[in-house]
Amino acid sequence: MIEAAALSKRFGAVQAVCEVSFRAVNGEITGLLGPNGAGKSTTLRMLYGVLTPDSGSARIDEIDIRGETSSARARLGVLPHASGLYANLTGRENIEYFGTLYGIARERLAARSADLARALGMQSFIDRRVKGFSQGQRIKVALARALIHDPPNLVLDEPTNGLDVMAIRNLRDILKDLKTQGRCILFSSHVMQEVAALCDRVVIIGRGSVLADDHPETIREASGSRSLEEAFLKVLGEPEGLN
Amino acid sequence: MGALVRVFRKEFLENLRDRRTLVSALLLGPLLGPLLFGAMVSRMLSQTVLESDEPLSIEIAGGERAPTLMNYLESQGVRYRAVRESAESAREAVRRGAAAVVLIIPADYAPRFAAGEPAPLFLVADSSDSQTRKSAERLHAVLAGYGSRIAEARLKVRGVDPLLGVPVAVQDIDATTAAGRAVVVLGFMTYFVLFAVLMGGLYLAIDTTAGERERGSLEALLSLPVARSALVGGKMLATCAYMCLSLAINLTAFVCVLRFVPLERLGMSPDLGARTAIEFFAICLPFVPLGALLMMLVASFARSYREAQTYLTSVLLVPTLPIAFASIYSLKAKSSLMLIPSLSQHLLMTSILKDQPIAPLDAALSASSALALAAIIFVATSRHWRRETMLG
Repeated sequence: MIEAAALSKRFGAVQAVCEVSFRAVNGEITGLLGPNGAGKSTTLRMLYGVLTPDSGSARIDEIDIRGETSSARARLGVLPHASGLYANLTGRENIEYFGTLYGIARERLAARSADLARALGMQSFIDRRVKGFSQGQRIKVALARALIHDPPNLVLDEPTNGLDVMAIRNLRDILKDLKTQGRCILFSSHVMQEVAALCDRVVIIGRGSVLADDHPETIREASGSRSLEEAFLKVLGEPEGLN
Repeated sequence: MGALVRVFRKEFLENLRDRRTLVSALLLGPLLGPLLFGAMVSRMLSQTVLESDEPLSIEIAGGERAPTLMNYLESQGVRYRAVRESAESAREAVRRGAAAVVLIIPADYAPRFAAGEPAPLFLVADSSDSQTRKSAERLHAVLAGYGSRIAEARLKVRGVDPLLGVPVAVQDIDATTAAGRAVVVLGFMTYFVLFAVLMGGLYLAIDTTAGERERGSLEALLSLPVARSALVGGKMLATCAYMCLSLAINLTAFVCVLRFVPLERLGMSPDLGARTAIEFFAICLPFVPLGALLMMLVASFARSYREAQTYLTSVLLVPTLPIAFASIYSLKAKSSLMLIPSLSQHLLMTSILKDQPIAPLDAALSASSALALAAIIFVATSRHWRRETMLG
């Protein structure tokens, strides 16, 4: 379970995140939905502990990420917005490098990366150097890297960015599988269809604050809209387009 | 500690697969110095040797006005070609490079010489050109010899002992040993050694910091349950490993190159064997983590590879400053100077080249001051890595 409790963060004059609270539970996919610059990445970064909130707290399975960083992180897999890989290492080496840094023993690591290669369909390319990988292959390796220590919780920051339709569909299936394993999955997106297709729960965030937090259908009905996209725009209160 | 070793191993192996790193760290950096140096020194030596053997050849205008002088020049082995030049046109010819050294004997030479007055001679040469300046100096010496011979004859004719005109006799006694003379030539070497040390780690220092940020792998790395100091430490060790490799290659190359340089032709015999190379390695070793951390700290502030490269070019100049300072003020090794890294390494290596003993205290001070500064920069770098701004 991932929990944000009244998280606030200010960068200079900009209040990036203001009193954001929500909860992502096990066996569900929670979508953090919002336009560009709404504070999604900042919120997630506080949840996985690379940013310190000005106030509020973030908890992973009831463990405070600031207090007991290591044990909280051991229960959390992270796919940041920038999920670069090491080009001169093979896919497997990239994955296992992070595994060793999580402190996983060698034999278990080999078994684990073999499992992930099978589950994510990476057998054909996992032992090649990352240099020539497609965006879809890269995302799979980065996801496997985040899952190497078998974490019960997973945070993904806009994982579908730059993927083609086939790869998005593939990733969606993978996330659904992870959900049925009972994991807690929290991912951010600014693409409505993605959230509608995948999420059990949606947290809509705009200008640093939570505007709605419910099941997608409930949000749609409550706003009296025909589609979730329409509901999203209504909840945001204005057509926040390219401004 | 385990994480530190794992980070080190990964950075070391990954860069071993990078052609750019290998070329710059293990080829260009360490070999540039010895090759450049070997070529430079051999050229310098062959020039000095050649110049004193080669006959001096000049151009003379108005030689018919001074037949005795011409005879003397010929007897001294000076080759000359008669030309028709005025002082003005000769200057122009030298400036254009058409002539190297021109001696002009003006019209009033003969009458003044006959009257026992100082007879004018014009020597036209370009003093900014080291070649012609040497020829001009040699011609000067020959002409001075001629002058004193004439003076001697004139005094004898007048019944005066020519030795009265020589009140003092100065003799130069050169106190430098053969090895000491070699140091002047080998002075550059210490700079090339320190340069190779830094070049060996340059790409890793960038790749493991700014490079990690540019390729977007930094945030994932920072969200692992690993202490930031372990990350910095592992990356530093990998950088140090490449620097040590570069240093070892550099010193081996120096030993090999200097075998082929004819130092003994100038009476120099610097004993640059494996032993010296090992001593140099030991002297430079404490400078390695300092250089690595300095480069990493600077590169940690850069957003991209390119930006880091720009910053680090100035860091590469850092070790030259004390060395330049040392040669301008001709500093000698003393304990207080051992507190300045890079200068202390330079002075200790120079002492070895000069075959002078090194005080154990000096060696210890040099090593501990470099390591202490490295420790401070390590703390600063780890602290910077804990900041949120590290995410970029």
